[in-house]
Amino acid sequence: MTRILMKGNEAIAEAAIRAGAIYYFAYPITPQNEVGEYMARRLPEVGGVFVQAESEVAVGNMLFGAVASGKRAFTSSSSPGISLMQEAISYMAGARLPVVLINIMRGGPGLGGILPSQADYFQATKGGGHGDYRVLVLAPSTLQEAVDLTMLAFHLADKYCNPTMVLADGMIGQMMEPVEFPENYVEEPLPPKDWATTGCQGRDPNVVNAKGRAPIIIKSLALDPVVLEKNNLVLAEKYKLMKRDEVRFEAYKINPKNRILVVSYGTMARICQTVIDELEQEEISIGLLRPITLFPFPAKEILAEAIKPNIESVLTVEMSMGQMVEDVEWAVKDKRPIEFYGRTGGIVPTPEEVKDYIMKILARETPAAKNWNG
Amino acid sequence: MNEKTHAIFTRPQSFRDVVTHYCPGCTHGTIHRLVAEVLDEFGIRGRTVGVAPVGCGVFIYNYFQTDFLEAPHGRAPALATGLKRVRPDLIVFTYQGDGDLASIGTAEIIHAANRGEKFTTIFVNNAIYGMTGGQMAPTTMPGQITTTSPRGRNVEECGYPIRVAELLSTLRTPAYIERVAVHTPQNIVRAKKAIRKAFQYQIDNKCFSLVEVLSTCPTNWGLTPNESLNWLEETMQPYYPLGVFKTPDAEVQK
Repeated sequence: MTRILMKGNEAIAEAAIRAGAIYYFAYPITPQNEVGEYMARRLPEVGGVFVQAESEVAVGNMLFGAVASGKRAFTSSSSPGISLMQEAISYMAGARLPVVLINIMRGGPGLGGILPSQADYFQATKGGGHGDYRVLVLAPSTLQEAVDLTMLAFHLADKYCNPTMVLADGMIGQMMEPVEFPENYVEEPLPPKDWATTGCQGRDPNVVNAKGRAPIIIKSLALDPVVLEKNNLVLAEKYKLMKRDEVRFEAYKINPKNRILVVSYGTMARICQTVIDELEQEEISIGLLRPITLFPFPAKEILAEAIKPNIESVLTVEMSMGQMVEDVEWAVKDKRPIEFYGRTGGIVPTPEEVKDYIMKILARETPAAKNWNG
Repeated sequence: MNEKTHAIFTRPQSFRDVVTHYCPGCTHGTIHRLVAEVLDEFGIRGRTVGVAPVGCGVFIYNYFQTDFLEAPHGRAPALATGLKRVRPDLIVFTYQGDGDLASIGTAEIIHAANRGEKFTTIFVNNAIYGMTGGQMAPTTMPGQITTTSPRGRNVEECGYPIRVAELLSTLRTPAYIERVAVHTPQNIVRAKKAIRKAFQYQIDNKCFSLVEVLSTCPTNWGLTPNESLNWLEETMQPYYPLGVFKTPDAEVQK
């Protein structure tokens, strides 16, 4: 395999094409415009379709129509644009459609800024739109991982017939790193898309709603509460399966000597790795558990590491004012003090300030460390 | 059926043998039937996918023997764009009311028309929100009483009704746009012809096509079915003139 130096946004775009997603609908927004520009150039070469929509509202709904055909289609956007797509994401979740969304997060709320942020964690992992649904969320921390997870996203979307999001930040989108694309990409077998609206030719017109036979209706409307609850239960069952089978994380320098367990994802996790390496030189042992899937969340795995005897506290570091930390708190319960460090609005914490905070925790100078009686 | 009799009037194959939920005197059923007849006549039922709106027309998927998508409110043209771009071999149509198309979905319909998407829109204009119980629509007539314009539509506050066919025909991109009505047998025949033409343009991969159909809503207008037909002709039709507004051949045929 050849290593190519690429910008994150372009690497993600190429990864999608390699996964067979040649239908792309989008609206310009910084800091992810290179995805659309790349697709506008590349898609005609591979027989695909690029549509620049009138709005992100339309993008989400164009995707609804496109993936209903059974073909792989996707979009990329950044935080305010993803907010506008929540309507369609909710409808596609309700209609059980596989769609992939790339969110290159920028600082918010509102128009916010264009610099890297992780402030869309709540929106991505807790539903985002209305109704009882979840989006499968993958969070890359390197460009190679952005490539791999983008390709995986299409597979998981198809496997679960569920919206799937690659949640990266502006840093991943804008920086350059060498990446490799698999030469012969082979996926695990997937169930047939016999639910797709491809025209009812060849199906028995007299059998209605028998799966794969009659005219197929893709919808989320169910006025009968019994029917609607049943659809929600089907979704809930799917999310249970994801929690069982799809939890992904990386354990970095986790060992019995760790005094603090750091939980961090994406770009922020890479900065934490630098800090952990430096502290290792000073013989201070810190471990990092980096969630790769944010939903399903590696809660059990975090708890298992958090309750190791040497662990004094669990520190979550985010480029937000504290979003994932709520899931970490829920995972760890009251077994260990929960610490949080975060910067927001487009500011990326430096290794120095993260290190300073860790030293404060170890010196019991933080509120959580002081109040801990464990 | 014995050999001496043969059916001269049957339900179109594209239409299911079910009772619709529409109110007595509502012309949605007539418009559905015209679309179904056209699908039958072109023999395209098996490769047609409809896109349902939000509003009274939402249950259209229960009445057609074709595949269907159910869109969020106003977004049917976006769904149709996505589907048709990915599967240009399919025949795709949206069926939308005036709240759906002319209010919440104005951006989607204007841009789909402007991109020249090769699908067909059946736009049912009955000057009111039906499903939600008779609220004022962008197409509600000046002075018309609705539940949210209890003293009649005040054009000082709400502006004048939007003429969708005229609005869309200002776009430079070639399209077929015609307004018809379904309140008399003669008009129904004309409406059928327009819907046929709209699908013909799509089959020929020629252009975006939209047929605006003036329709009735006796329940929310507070009129009998017969009074409704008269109200359509006397109140709506002068403001919403019938005819062809745009053809892909540029020459407008009046």
